[in-house]
Amino acid sequence: MTADELTITVLPGTTKSGAKERFDRVDIRPGDTISIVGPTGSGKTALINDIEVFAQGDTVTGRRILVNGELPPESFVRDPSQKPIAMITQHTKCLADLSVRQFLDMHVRARKNAVPQIAEEAVALANRFTGEKVAGDDRMSSLSGGQTRSLLIADSVLISGAPILLLDEIENAGIYKDEVIKYLRGVNKAVLFVTHDPYISLLSDRRIVMRGGEVTQILVPGDSEKKALGIVAEADALLSGLRERIRSGETLKEAV
Amino acid sequence: MVRLIVVAGPPSTGKTTVIRRIIEHVRGTSKVAYLKVDVTCAFEDEELSAEFGIPTKKIYSGDLCPDHMGIMVIEDALGWAEDEGADILIYESAGLCLRCTPYITSSLGVCVLSSMAGTHAPLKMAPMIALADVAVVTKVDLVSQAEKEVFRENIREVSPGMDIVESNAVQGTGLRYLLKRVDELASIGEGEIVKLRGMPPLGVCTVCIGKTDIGWQNHFGVIRRLKDADNIYRGE
Repeated sequence: MTADELTITVLPGTTKSGAKERFDRVDIRPGDTISIVGPTGSGKTALINDIEVFAQGDTVTGRRILVNGELPPESFVRDPSQKPIAMITQHTKCLADLSVRQFLDMHVRARKNAVPQIAEEAVALANRFTGEKVAGDDRMSSLSGGQTRSLLIADSVLISGAPILLLDEIENAGIYKDEVIKYLRGVNKAVLFVTHDPYISLLSDRRIVMRGGEVTQILVPGDSEKKALGIVAEADALLSGLRERIRSGETLKEAV
Repeated sequence: MVRLIVVAGPPSTGKTTVIRRIIEHVRGTSKVAYLKVDVTCAFEDEELSAEFGIPTKKIYSGDLCPDHMGIMVIEDALGWAEDEGADILIYESAGLCLRCTPYITSSLGVCVLSSMAGTHAPLKMAPMIALADVAVVTKVDLVSQAEKEVFRENIREVSPGMDIVESNAVQGTGLRYLLKRVDELASIGEGEIVKLRGMPPLGVCTVCIGKTDIGWQNHFGVIRRLKDADNIYRGE
């Protein structure tokens, strides 16, 4: 089974009152961009946790996850080097006191089939995702949130080769969101964002809306939000620009 | 007869949280008793008793090695659990000494390791891992994919056939393979003699008996020289 053929299906669980969730299934295919939105505590992280562990009715939500319509093979669930899913959260860290290059090399060695040059490519890719330059001899522990997230995404894509990425609230980390989405689409990766960010939400093909632990809607806005997307993109660019100016110590005296 | 689960692992790795998930899983069908061995202080017995209403017990080893203490009392504890009408005895080790290997024949040996301990941890804690049946790796949601993979390889280095279960036990995710092993566990047979699975590296040595000289030439019994390679403990 190659990554290009992989379809992950989320089947409904039960709500807090014991009723079945109001959706039939969510299929996640290569190249899909899906955002998961809803208030804090609405169950967004629980949903991607279900996907990450290939839940079989054995998590609090009761959801089940299928791979190509069947129970996932045990190696997918148990062996991180076989697992087709990489999850990156605000909490995901490199604990070891290593340089960026040593960290990536350690991963390349663990993956016996990976080629050594791929570590360099991963650094280059990370630098497409963040404006703060990541260098091979930087210490992992000294990287900023944005650099770490960028590097971990590049590592998951290039070294792990994971076809599906779960990204939990990475928008505050200072990465180029549209660059990440464009790149992942281009290489046919599926990506699910848990997000509070309007721009990421509107850039996604589908939007899963959650409340009180359950999926309440699955929206496929298509072109109907095109106008809003344009406005949000402008607003996002404006805010990014202001952020950089404030960071660099400027006082914003003139009207923006 | 009682089914015995031995849970070992360093402090703060989540042993008691894993035990909570085991108790939740079996309590519909089995009665659980719980024994904690610690050095000077433990609260887990009170917490689990209050939370699940199960018989619990603790024993402090004081100036004795806690794993030595466990070895001394576990036979009595099996009798106690039986008197309490329990089907399952869960024995949680102190976890203070990384050399402990408290696993017993005809039981399920579970070693709980935290992925936060760093990728070399499995090699450093080899005795604790080597003779276990299952290694539960906790807090996997917090570390990078690369470190997760290397952590796993290092467990395999110590014990090539180890059943490794990765978990975020607070959420209860990933434990289904451990719970399957619990379901498959058989009781200790009537009149069966249970023993330690291997010699724990607890040997009383010349340092233990008060010699303060340094250098292997000044000691006897188990000695090591700097040039002696590969002293990794694999349970032989």
